[in-house]
Amino acid sequence: MIREQTIIDGCTDTPASVSVYDRSRRRLLITGIRAFWGLITAALGVPAAHYLLSTPKSRVADEWAGIGDAAMLPAGRPVEVVFHRNGADAWKKTEEKLTAWVTRGLDSKVLAFGPRCTHLGCAHHWDDTQRQFVCPCHNSRFSIAGDVVAGPASRPLDRYQVKLESGKVFIGKLTRSDQIL
Amino acid sequence: MKSLRNITTWLEDRTGVRSATIQFLNEYIPGSSGWRQVFGSVALFLLLVQGFTGILLALNYAPIPGDAYNSVRYILIEMTGGKLVRGLHHWGSSLLIIVIFLHITQVFLYGAYKKPRELTWISGVGLLLLALTFGLTGYLLPWDNRAYWGTIVTTQIASHAPLVGPYVLDLMGAKSGVGVLTLTRFYGLHVMVLPAAIMLLVLFHVYLVRRHGVAPTPRDHSLSKKQFYPEQVFKDTVAIFIAFTILFALAVLVHVPLSQIADQADSTYIPRPEWYFLFLFQLLKFFQGPLEVVGSVILPSCAIIALILVPFVDRGKIVYVAKRGMAFVFVGLAFGAWTALTLAAMATTPTPLVSIDYSRSTDWIRASPAELLARSGSDTQNVPEFAMRGASIYQQHHCSACHLVNGTGERIGPPLNGLSKRRSRSWIEAHFSDPAKLSPGSIMPRFKLSRQQTADLTSYLLSLEGE
Repeated sequence: MIREQTIIDGCTDTPASVSVYDRSRRRLLITGIRAFWGLITAALGVPAAHYLLSTPKSRVADEWAGIGDAAMLPAGRPVEVVFHRNGADAWKKTEEKLTAWVTRGLDSKVLAFGPRCTHLGCAHHWDDTQRQFVCPCHNSRFSIAGDVVAGPASRPLDRYQVKLESGKVFIGKLTRSDQIL
Repeated sequence: MKSLRNITTWLEDRTGVRSATIQFLNEYIPGSSGWRQVFGSVALFLLLVQGFTGILLALNYAPIPGDAYNSVRYILIEMTGGKLVRGLHHWGSSLLIIVIFLHITQVFLYGAYKKPRELTWISGVGLLLLALTFGLTGYLLPWDNRAYWGTIVTTQIASHAPLVGPYVLDLMGAKSGVGVLTLTRFYGLHVMVLPAAIMLLVLFHVYLVRRHGVAPTPRDHSLSKKQFYPEQVFKDTVAIFIAFTILFALAVLVHVPLSQIADQADSTYIPRPEWYFLFLFQLLKFFQGPLEVVGSVILPSCAIIALILVPFVDRGKIVYVAKRGMAFVFVGLAFGAWTALTLAAMATTPTPLVSIDYSRSTDWIRASPAELLARSGSDTQNVPEFAMRGASIYQQHHCSACHLVNGTGERIGPPLNGLSKRRSRSWIEAHFSDPAKLSPGSIMPRFKLSRQQTADLTSYLLSLEGE
């Protein structure tokens, strides 16, 4: 049990004859060793943690993709729109191919829904006879405004940010509906 | 505290890790040991820092031409602390080589390689060669002009080796030039083969040091032995801390440049190897034609063999370092020759016409001549031939690093739109060859352009409209 502490205080195998002076010098050296290694560890560890955990500065801000004139969209009936957008995947510039279900309401407000059911991610589609978005997997149903009408889905359809500029529709980032409001 | 002790006791009972640590630290070393023995520990520490920073870099790096460069730029520009991590890795390699040489010099001067420590010495020579190979393979990884052209020279030298040359070239994936295969193989060597090899060899080296103990001096006959911990560990730690402080200061203060992305067509780039290979580079200048192989392969091989043979040639008893005059002469000669060759090589290294740092975030790098012209509103289909050529020369010489054209570039020098209202054609043409003569105090470098290039570039500049 005496050896237990040996490494911790560094008094390893200290002969009985060691003087008080030697003992305090020894303690000083050990404190010095720990302090220097502590500094080195911190100087390497802190930047490494920042490097690994910080979000990289992004080169590409929210980019908007134009999908055409708002007037071209049929009023009150969602249509599937495929569009391309430049994105950035770390150092690679990517061209993403995206799908949106775009609706122009009777009040001319344009909504764009993500193509995936919020239950398990299957691709849903607009059923014009039932006037609902229907998911083929577990029969989740959403209203024209994206709200859950029936089925296992727990939250409304995801929505793209949409902006109108001189009559043209631009689609931005896809966000969860409960985070827009 | 109690539970911690329980855990350590549990671990000790099952692994013996604590008693092993105690045994390791309490190793008896000669009473004469001291500051001169710190270099081995410092080298091992720097090697571990290289491993640590190397892993951090590898997590954000792609060993594919183009992507390699872009991912390095991504690390430098977009990752937090990326410049620091690359700085530590870059300067760490130089520092490691220096410390290994200090270590070798110390061991050589004290004759610490003598029987029974011959294999410790030889494995040390192996470690030096591995460290140099690390430097050589790592040099290519950023895939910039410096990396690309430097490696072209390296692979050419290797291909001249007698008998094995073509095979080595094949192994390096450089048979038809430095390309995808070369980069992937250098990367594989750098991050898999060499680390595994150097770890095994370090283990062997340290094991041998432990087995034979630290080499004593004649003085130790009358000195009692002492324990490794804490006296010598403290000295090692202080030396490690000093080395680390130097490394950290270099990484923070001295910027590691990234040059232009590797460009096979860039005939203006003059490659230079890393500083510790400069002496070899210079040596090649003395051996030309069929004799080249003497400088590139035979002499370096002889030097390595001589280094390996040292403990078999010098077999006397260990004597006082002050009595080892021949050893000092050898070290002096080797260092003198190395310095002379390195300085000669540095003297002939031209300072680049323009040195631009591509690790800065600017979009002018992407601006092609066509884009430059397009931004001025001109239709690129109908651009006159001279303007296209002129814009291309403008692009090649990175003029936009200092000048602004059509909203692209920097404002270090004067913006160039509307130059025709301010300067004459002859003034501009004369200005390229000696800017300071016409505009005293100008920091613009001299540009060696052909007559045709000068004319095209000037025509292009004069065509730029605006104020």
